[in-house]
Amino acid sequence: MPGTAPEGGFALELRDVAKSFGSVAALRSGSLAVAPGSIHALVGENGAGKSTLVKIVAGVHRRDSGVFRLHGTDVDFGSTADSKASGVAVIYQEPTLFPDLSVTENIFMGRQPLGTGRRIDRAAMYAEAERLFAGLGVHIDPRRPARGLSIADQQIIEIAKAISLDASVLIMDEPTAALSGVEVERLFAVARSLRDENRALVFISHRFDEVFDLCDTVTVMRDGAYISTQSIADTTVDQLVAQMVGREVTDLFPKTPAEIGDVVLDVEGLSSAGLFRDVSFQVRAGEIVGLAGLVGAGRSEIARAVFGVDRYDAGRVRMHGSDVPAHRPRAAIRAGMAFVPEDRRKQGLVIDESVSRNVAGVIRRGLSKAGFLTSGAENRAAGPWAGRLEVKTSSLDMHATTMSGGNQQKVVLAKWLATEPKLLIIDEPTRGIDVGTKAEVHRLLSELAGQGLAILMISSELPEVLGMADRVLVVCEGRITADIARDDATPENVMRAATASIQHSPSQPVDAEVTA
Amino acid sequence: MSTATAPAESTPRTYPSYAHALWRRVLLTREFAVIALLLVVFFYSRGNVPNFDGPLTLYYLFLDIAPILLIALPMTLVIVTGEIDLSVASVMGLSSALLGTLHADAGWSMPMAALAAILAGVLCGAVNGFLVAYVGLPSLAVTIGTLALYRGLAEGLLGTKAITDFPDKWRDWPSNRIFGDGTSYPMILVPFLVLLVLFVWLLHFSTFGRGVYEIGLNDEAAHFTGVNVERTKLLLFVMSGAVSAFAGLYFTLRYGSARGDNASGLELQVIAAVLLGGVSIFGGRGALHGVVAGVVLIGVISSAMRLEGYTVNKINIVIGTLLVLSVMATPAIAWVQRVWARRRLS
Repeated sequence: MPGTAPEGGFALELRDVAKSFGSVAALRSGSLAVAPGSIHALVGENGAGKSTLVKIVAGVHRRDSGVFRLHGTDVDFGSTADSKASGVAVIYQEPTLFPDLSVTENIFMGRQPLGTGRRIDRAAMYAEAERLFAGLGVHIDPRRPARGLSIADQQIIEIAKAISLDASVLIMDEPTAALSGVEVERLFAVARSLRDENRALVFISHRFDEVFDLCDTVTVMRDGAYISTQSIADTTVDQLVAQMVGREVTDLFPKTPAEIGDVVLDVEGLSSAGLFRDVSFQVRAGEIVGLAGLVGAGRSEIARAVFGVDRYDAGRVRMHGSDVPAHRPRAAIRAGMAFVPEDRRKQGLVIDESVSRNVAGVIRRGLSKAGFLTSGAENRAAGPWAGRLEVKTSSLDMHATTMSGGNQQKVVLAKWLATEPKLLIIDEPTRGIDVGTKAEVHRLLSELAGQGLAILMISSELPEVLGMADRVLVVCEGRITADIARDDATPENVMRAATASIQHSPSQPVDAEVTA
Repeated sequence: MSTATAPAESTPRTYPSYAHALWRRVLLTREFAVIALLLVVFFYSRGNVPNFDGPLTLYYLFLDIAPILLIALPMTLVIVTGEIDLSVASVMGLSSALLGTLHADAGWSMPMAALAAILAGVLCGAVNGFLVAYVGLPSLAVTIGTLALYRGLAEGLLGTKAITDFPDKWRDWPSNRIFGDGTSYPMILVPFLVLLVLFVWLLHFSTFGRGVYEIGLNDEAAHFTGVNVERTKLLLFVMSGAVSAFAGLYFTLRYGSARGDNASGLELQVIAAVLLGGVSIFGGRGALHGVVAGVVLIGVISSAMRLEGYTVNKINIVIGTLLVLSVMATPAIAWVQRVWARRRLS
């Protein structure tokens, strides 16, 4: 069981907590004990039960059994309001603020300070918000509307709200998934200052470098149960991964050398006002080219323009030497491109549609006979591709809604590999995917490159880029600032190129106050 | 050079195509519930409503619902993409007015005037489609505007006058019985069945139809998959305009009268029938067999109640209630399923 109690007891303590939904046990025996003044990492594959545990603490779900204590007192939350009143705050990956209200109004929603005649005391509210931001060391205008704030800033607002409620337990559920390097650093600084105020923090992340950088203790979960708790100083990434998957994962990034062939994709002078300019690069058969850079540097925008879902102002895109018409995904597909986008649920697949129709989604034109397309033909075509990618589903007419992120990604990959592409553009191939599936995706990409597929991979995870890519192109503020061969690429030189011009010119067009 | 290999090698996983047996997938659907209700109401009326069980009842029923049946076909596709076309009845009025003026005042032959009216419908649909698909305006707002605009044009063409001067041959055609005297099937069912086959193929058995559903479920993902979202929407509005114009011609000939205010308010009847047939107003769900059953169900209820001597107000109350109940059906079924699942566990 997780450790012995420190002096004064744990701030948050859960022991053998169980929760089932219908016949599915989401949590069999979850345990977590967090001391005040500590940043505690909670790690595990998707489906390990972390989110359920968090939702029990947040009052979203009620546990079926087990011990749940806050500061030594037994508690039982029936609603999120109960948990807030008891000093628990949860900061989600994508906070939900009211976009049309000001930052301050969002912080004080439902508990605005009142002045004379029960009117809202705006002056006091703004002053308090400014005090909170100053305490956190961030610069956000308390009067600006929440709309248009970066996800990083939205999280800061949620944290400010938690502090103003004097929360003693803060849980951050994958807060860094959508943040760039600079933003992660700022969040960490805030987290450390909260720890120094003797609050208890729980940090959920798939990124081990962050866990090791920020946290002091780590709890591992697997299959809905507690596995271990240990001090960060006493463990290694390999040990954690082994505990998470229940087996040794020897190599996370198994890119094997492939024979590099002819130029498949040739991009020349691609520009789009305000997004990127003068982007030129090539991808060859059998080559994995990594597009690295900060979130918001323009990497996804470049990929989207190449594939034709977005327009561009100047430049040309060629496949095997012939021009691909702009802004026509259909033409790009015909030229042999495949595009696995960043946002699986919104762009990658039609979530309320069956596995079969999703997988057959691009190739269906070839499946219709004499103008007739039947579900039978779609099933016959989709089945083998779903099987090849080992999609976990009970039947081909199941909707993708209920699937895990990793499984959905397999459906998206099956859909595009079914087109037998010459070039695969893949944006954040393993975001939000558990360790086991992640390794499968990496192995698959490596295997495909070995068979002569050209791959353009966008990734915010540096280890993934360095491990998988034959060549790393670094994008900074819409321009390619470095082209580094696999053997020369190091975390340091990639990060330097990714932040190079930001250091020279701190003013970015959007959210100027953020980078300061 | 072959890149991604065909799925082969070590025996890959295989899957059953469907989670449930065929009867469950067919019978436990919104569409089948409408068909079942239609059969119940129809056979009840035949047994209990005086004069319902005669060839004339069905004949007039078909004549009455023909314009709704026709327009419901493209309207289903439009609503499945998550859009709506409120201007259909105004397009009917415009086509009616054009047929009248071009034939009676300008002296065009009937075929030429009819063709011109349908081309006008295509143009009306293209205007709607362009504004919705390419300019990106919400279809609700656009077609509320063109509802007024096209009706205004129609009434501007004819003023308050009605043109009744049409050749008998043309006027009688849609009401002629296909199988001769005493049978119940008017000729207008022939073009309807042709269009039904066309639209069933388009929505349910073509790549175009798969795109229609995907646009309704998630237009961004559809765009990323290579579906031409803009062109699909434009085409659907054009079809809606063309079929509405055709329905306007039918309306004119059946009543023998071209008027600018012909078929006012019919758009709401069409939309009500489509929703009753199980099409989701949010897009992405629905099927044509349900829609056809929905239109016929409304027709059977009105005709049976009329024969029983109920007033139009009472008929409207019944149909309105039915529509509200049918919209409630989906969440209600979901609720029952949840209760069942909970009971099974405890």
